[in-house]
Amino acid sequence: MNDNRPHRTDGQVLRVDNLRIEVKTDAGPGPVLVDDVSFTLRKGEVLGLIGESGAGKSTIGLASMVYTRSGCYITGGKIVFLDQDLRELNGDQRRRTRGVKISYIAQSAAASFNPALTIYEQVCEVAVRHGLMSFAEAKREAVKLFRELELPNPDVFGDRYPHQVSGGQLQRAMAAMAMVAKPDLLIFDEPTTALDVTTQVEVLASFRKLIREHGTAALYITHDLAVVAQIADRIMVLRHGKMVEQGDATQILQHPTQEYTQKLVAERVAASTHEFVESDDTGEALLKIDQVSASYRTLVKVINGVTLDIRRGDTVAVVGESGSGKSTLARIVVGLLPREEGDIRFGGESLPPRLRDRSKDQLRRIQMIYQMPDVALNPQQTLLEIIGRPVSFYFNKSGDQVRQRVKELLRQIDLPESFITRRPGELSGGQKQRVSIARALAAEPELIICDEVTSALDPLVAEEILRLLKRLQDELGVAYMFITHDLGTVKRIANKVAVMLKGQLVAFGSTPKVFAPPFHPYTELLLSSVPEMRSDWLDEVLAKRRQLV
Amino acid sequence: MRLFGHKLTLSAQIGLVIIAVNVVAAILAPFIAPYPEADIVGTAWGPPSAEHWFGLDNLGRDVFSRILYGARMTIGLGLLITLLAFLLGTIAGFAAAILGRWVDTVLSRLADLMLSMPTLIFALVVLSVMGTDIPVLIITVGLLYSVPVFRLARAVAMNIAVLEYVEAAKLRGEGLWWIIRREILPNALPPLVAEFGLRFCFTFLFIAALSFLGLGIQPPQADWGSMVKETGQMIALRPIALYPAGAIALLTIGVNLVVDWLLAIHSRGHGEEV
Repeated sequence: MNDNRPHRTDGQVLRVDNLRIEVKTDAGPGPVLVDDVSFTLRKGEVLGLIGESGAGKSTIGLASMVYTRSGCYITGGKIVFLDQDLRELNGDQRRRTRGVKISYIAQSAAASFNPALTIYEQVCEVAVRHGLMSFAEAKREAVKLFRELELPNPDVFGDRYPHQVSGGQLQRAMAAMAMVAKPDLLIFDEPTTALDVTTQVEVLASFRKLIREHGTAALYITHDLAVVAQIADRIMVLRHGKMVEQGDATQILQHPTQEYTQKLVAERVAASTHEFVESDDTGEALLKIDQVSASYRTLVKVINGVTLDIRRGDTVAVVGESGSGKSTLARIVVGLLPREEGDIRFGGESLPPRLRDRSKDQLRRIQMIYQMPDVALNPQQTLLEIIGRPVSFYFNKSGDQVRQRVKELLRQIDLPESFITRRPGELSGGQKQRVSIARALAAEPELIICDEVTSALDPLVAEEILRLLKRLQDELGVAYMFITHDLGTVKRIANKVAVMLKGQLVAFGSTPKVFAPPFHPYTELLLSSVPEMRSDWLDEVLAKRRQLV
Repeated sequence: MRLFGHKLTLSAQIGLVIIAVNVVAAILAPFIAPYPEADIVGTAWGPPSAEHWFGLDNLGRDVFSRILYGARMTIGLGLLITLLAFLLGTIAGFAAAILGRWVDTVLSRLADLMLSMPTLIFALVVLSVMGTDIPVLIITVGLLYSVPVFRLARAVAMNIAVLEYVEAAKLRGEGLWWIIRREILPNALPPLVAEFGLRFCFTFLFIAALSFLGLGIQPPQADWGSMVKETGQMIALRPIALYPAGAIALLTIGVNLVVDWLLAIHSRGHGEEV
């Protein structure tokens, strides 16, 4: 056996050599998830792992604790943690390393906390279970961490249950849980992806502070280059389980050498450059939402007095944080949630509040595309059935005509005609979203409501979908109501923006006007929260906010 | 070997063979059974011999022949009852999941009411009052077993009804029947099929229990449950009861092996095989 100690430089915490992870099934070997990946991590260093879904980022993150998801096996390479090859440890020794010396912070804190126990019990558990501290000591440590993480009322914060604190606070509590046993290595797996942009800034800042003050080494897994720019010293770009490029953070972000990295960076830069489409306000409004309010069986109005209009060929982006009522507004427009006050006029005529009172033609003219293409398409139907149904339903076409139309639509969304017999399970995420678009187009609508259509997709795939939507708009003149929380997307696709806050419209107008001073304060907060690729962006935002307070 | 586009595991193959043997025995019973179903062909409790493979029962009837005939009754009855239970349960379950709050409340409370009564007691009372004709038996047990099916169908349909492809169909203006038939049913089928297999086993175990108590199949017709009852009294001297009991066990195992396989396919998700 090789002795690796001579290679070791001072302060090295983790060294991964030629790591290989494969799927093994009953039927034999499956795909290779991670292929020949190597990196080292020193004390106090943060390595960002960047890549699309399926790139193997999370698999590498888990493998750093010699853990794999079921069915996956580490088949090659070394994982050397503090002079010890973790692969040589037995189950019990591994257990004593995990959580104590290496900790993991998952994407969804809400799903990772046990709702039946208080935060204290869960934060202190690792240290107490491993016999490192008494519960009282662990609690003192936890309070200290809560304070460092800038959680409200750190002395009593831990007495609460997970559902009693916000998502951002819970994500920070998970960081406290990971830190309580004073590990040498932290693994962050997309810890801010599920958070709103405004919350993401705060969480990111407290994570960075924590890592710096404790000098802990960290792996930071994310798909967002701008996020990793704020926190990582070095970046490794992955694709299909292979390393594309590894280097200094500034080098990767400013002078990427590989073509794939250049594409990723270019996509992100394009997202932050303003290129506005001129809006044409001369025509008659296609959709006129007038003082609309609605609620879900309670007295609290989820949508309160919203007024906006969409013209033919318009792309109106509706932005806001989760819970601001942007999706609810879409449900009111399509009639799934009946409005209680106000009026919605479409093409000059008032739409009945309820879906079932609307005519077939009224339904046809407004179509919807959903966020999750996986559940938006019936897995048991072929593309012919999925896309063909609106054609036969609305236009009474014969089987042959439907088939012709479906082929035409497949061509329009850049999918081969041979896909007509496939089912959604045989398509990639981006392809499924294209099929959703084709299904909407099949009805020949005048307005398409896009509900977060790109947020479940990888950046480059999302970029293609946006380009497709734009092209279809140029060809067909359809209007979009584009619901999103991603302001980068808004700037690229929308000529008008509606900013929503707590069920009310706080700003509406052409994109350049809304996104230029004088801002509504909330618009400014949203805009300033969108991460930028500069590594000093986070410091600037924090400094600015401190001034405001 | 593949079935429904999926690879058959060894246990599933074994299960299918067991089911096939039972079904063939049930269909061909009159042709392959060496003796008629109800004829007394020897002395009571005659031991197994070359003429009577499994021996003779308490009246001197050939046990092997009666097991073959019993397969007809047991499997046929089980299928009819399970089909009835699924027809009632699935329709009611889908209705409760889709038609809204009121229908759901009424049907669910009705199901609770049925569940609050022990099934065996309920069946005993109904069969004692209504008589033990086979149609009465089918309707009673079918009704009883439609309750768990209702609960499963309701839960499955509720999960599917909130998915966005169903919402998309509603927004398109599709009628209720189309939504149930094309969007919900195909996706609810895998768990329902698995439940069908299990429910089928429960059915003939339940009939066996009723026959054992004298309220199921009436003599001289053979079914496995009543055969256990008739021969069980002499279990210490002549282990004849083990043959019909073994037939019940074997079919149960066979059906469950196939059901396990169906469940495993389903849990792997839609259309994807790793």
